[in-house]
Amino acid sequence: MVGSSAMCLAIPGRVTSITGDDPVWRTGKVDFGGVLKEVSLACVPEVKIGDYVIVHVGFALSRVDEDEAMKVFEYLKQMEELAGLQEGGP
Amino acid sequence: MKYLDEYRDAEAARRYAREIARVTTRPWSIMEVCGGQTHSILKFGLDQLLPEGVTLIHGPGCPVCVTPLELIDQALEIAARPNVIFCSFGDMLRVPGSTADLLSVKASGGDVRMVYSPLDAVNIAAENPGREVVFFGVGFETTAPATAMAVCQAARKGLKNFTILVSHVLVPPAMEAILSSAHCRVQGFLAAGHVCAVMGCLEYAPIAARYHVPIVVTGFEPLDILQGVWMCIAQLEQGRAEVENQYARAVRQAGNLPAQELMRQVFTVAPRKWRGIGEIPRSGLALNEVYSAFDAAKRFGLSDRAVPEPAECLSGLVLQGRIKPPECPAFGQRCTPEHPLGAPMVSSEGACAAYHRYRGLAAMAGA
Repeated sequence: MVGSSAMCLAIPGRVTSITGDDPVWRTGKVDFGGVLKEVSLACVPEVKIGDYVIVHVGFALSRVDEDEAMKVFEYLKQMEELAGLQEGGP
Repeated sequence: MKYLDEYRDAEAARRYAREIARVTTRPWSIMEVCGGQTHSILKFGLDQLLPEGVTLIHGPGCPVCVTPLELIDQALEIAARPNVIFCSFGDMLRVPGSTADLLSVKASGGDVRMVYSPLDAVNIAAENPGREVVFFGVGFETTAPATAMAVCQAARKGLKNFTILVSHVLVPPAMEAILSSAHCRVQGFLAAGHVCAVMGCLEYAPIAARYHVPIVVTGFEPLDILQGVWMCIAQLEQGRAEVENQYARAVRQAGNLPAQELMRQVFTVAPRKWRGIGEIPRSGLALNEVYSAFDAAKRFGLSDRAVPEPAECLSGLVLQGRIKPPECPAFGQRCTPEHPLGAPMVSSEGACAAYHRYRGLAAMAGA
């Protein structure tokens, strides 16, 4: 990895501070597993300190929805339960 | 890291693979349209977890790879000028143009700088009022809002020395181009999660309906991709062709509305040439009239001349998903990441580079 990318690589990080009221200049410090970076929060007006955001090329694209984040695992469990019912059923 | 590590759990991945095998009764071909997904699939060997007959086809999901040769030549021409600071994402620097790449321009004295964000290029322009600062704006809808914001910031700062060489492309028109090709083998799509974080899911519904293909908006981690494949196969097995959202933790149905508004403010939809595919109508973004002063092609008076692709590079077929990289005779022989013939071998997320890195000689032997 050459450090920066035009690709759709974007990673989640936690917002630790927010600066600026004008959307064009609104930025935040975002913590990526211990590495702090300044990120534009221009397009995520709903984000508060402590929220996780998906960041691409220094720009926050969306807020991570904590409830939805667990669904990958719930979905798997439901599928397995359903399969178990079908196989173990009458 | 939170929201990353848990989606790489090997045991859960094996359980997902079991469920995929359970619902699959026939062979299916599914295309992922994002280089990040291609990279994950090869890195974690996800394709090898799938039942026999389920094939993942790697689509034109790497914006660096689909940037046409003439635009790279334009970048090289601008970067070589004496008063220019040319700013680019790192993975663009080694993409070969007709005669050179940006790194070799830098080696021969050009001021070429790698930036992490388009917003960094705006700061460079503010700090260097006597120089022309040009940003190479490459990327899908994921990257376009950041480029648009750079233009907005430059306008607000009143910068006259900042321009952008725009090469932004849009995903849905490329999916349609693939689906309407006579060679199309794609039966379902994993749509690119971060593109949809910006644009939402709604624009895919007409494509799913018109071509009767399921489209599952999917994330990038192993469990995301396996769940996306499961959802896509479940639809195929049931004869459904709907848009579903696997990546709801980051993607809202309507997308990011402020980001879309920002893009509308700065860009207009334009035809664009895709490397290996050709021109696709309404498949790119160009600066609109209001912001045309920030257009590097206009500032430097560049002409749009067609440049032939090197015959030995089969990246066009790779980008359309018609062949896998190891099927190219040059793969790993005349074309390597150190000496690439085409962009997909250069970019960290190009399909050729991913195969070379994770499958190496095994890929060639198995081809």
